Amino acid sequence: MGGATIVPAVETSFTVNGQTVHMALDPRESLLDVLRERLGLTGTKKGCDQGQCGACTVHLDGRRIVACLMPAVQANGRAVATIEGVASPDGVLHPLQEAFIEHDALQCGYCTPGQVMSGLACIAEGHVGSDAEIREYMSGNLCRCGAYAGIVAAVRQAGRSGI
Amino acid sequence: MRAFAYAAPATVAEAVDALVALGPGAKFLAGGTNLYDLMRLEVETPPAVVDIHRLAGFEAIDTAGATELIFGAGARMSDVADDPVVRAEYPALSESLRLAASQQLRNMATVGGNLLQRTRCGYFRGGSQYPCNKREPGSGCAARGGIDSGHAVLGVSDACIATYPGDWAVALLAFDATIDVAGPHGERSVAVAELHLEPGDTPQREHTLAADELILRIRVPVSRAGAGSTYLKIRPRESYAFALASAAAGLSLDPGGTVSDCRIALGGVATRPWRCTAAEQSLLGGRLTTDAARRAGEIAFADARPGRHNAFKIELGIRTVAEALRIAAERAAR
Repeated sequence: MGGATIVPAVETSFTVNGQTVHMALDPRESLLDVLRERLGLTGTKKGCDQGQCGACTVHLDGRRIVACLMPAVQANGRAVATIEGVASPDGVLHPLQEAFIEHDALQCGYCTPGQVMSGLACIAEGHVGSDAEIREYMSGNLCRCGAYAGIVAAVRQAGRSGI
Repeated sequence: MRAFAYAAPATVAEAVDALVALGPGAKFLAGGTNLYDLMRLEVETPPAVVDIHRLAGFEAIDTAGATELIFGAGARMSDVADDPVVRAEYPALSESLRLAASQQLRNMATVGGNLLQRTRCGYFRGGSQYPCNKREPGSGCAARGGIDSGHAVLGVSDACIATYPGDWAVALLAFDATIDVAGPHGERSVAVAELHLEPGDTPQREHTLAADELILRIRVPVSRAGAGSTYLKIRPRESYAFALASAAAGLSLDPGGTVSDCRIALGGVATRPWRCTAAEQSLLGGRLTTDAARRAGEIAFADARPGRHNAFKIELGIRTVAEALRIAAERAAR
């Protein structure tokens, strides 16, 4: 009755954009919340927090996932990549980021980090053979501004340029 | 979210032991895309979880065997969907996975966990503000008097009309798949046809596995109908949505074009993955004409019991079956 449930913290180690982090985590914490609230990496966005919008897309061991539906303890021993690691350290944008600008692939920009992370994976997976294939494999990333035509154009351009 | 204890064992044996040691209510957590989501909604409130997402050997895929395809329960949906043998020789299996969720979710979710995916009924997910016999036995069914446009028309009961939401289990059912499970008392096998339950008076019981049993692998017998198959999924939008109606169809044709093997299973319209044996029988020994395909669809939905807003699923479902059979026949004739 009103007493606290004691749950042991879970020692967790993983890398984020190549840097190792060690943390004691409450198993309830999502990877998304750990990235944003504990590590200050607020580029990864929280949209629906239910796995439906794709705004929190990051890469885990090189594959895209949604960070909101993963307890951060599951990242133990793994490599996480976020939007903060996409541009060069000297600030030069990635060709896909340049393509987003060139094709007006955003308006408000809130979904854009997730779109870029998803687009990078879409290209790496080889799912850029046609606009229909790009649309299908980008369908996990919603854009409330409706910049879809530009997003498809940007992914197509970056994908065809062999990055 | 309620607090829970967390264990991450390294092997299947340790995982089974850990679940028992953590006591009643403990659950296995694999990809997390369903359980962790429902825990956040407090629809699921396990006091402990055993993380099985990286168990040794749990994600192995073997499609080279002469008698069966074997998918480790921990294999990711995306990996099975993209397996070259699955893509080429069992398109219904591949399509059922590729048309489910998004690539991000398919990279997380496992093919074992997906079998036990829980319903998307909004009243079930909506929590204690709604009565729900599945979530809170005996509390009633908000869907029956509410908006039931997404709900089932086959296998429904007075207690529950929630749709089984998955695609993969539907395709597996059509191809007579079996799962192997491990528990404290050893291993056993369960046909996918015997895995899921209709709601009846106990909609909280969705499957025949014990709470301490872990799915190890899925086995699919090799069949000629695999190559002549499709999974056709009709959704409210083109991609990334649950099925309004779906059909897995597989056909073998004699050289003369006569149907010698036929598999039909439905998704999106029933309370569990739904095999249509009578519809299959109606096609055996004949040619797959447009009329015969339509008739098979009508047989599949002969016992449908629509509610207030979902009667459209009957005609939609009939047409989905007919179109899936047409695609399957085209592929079978190649």
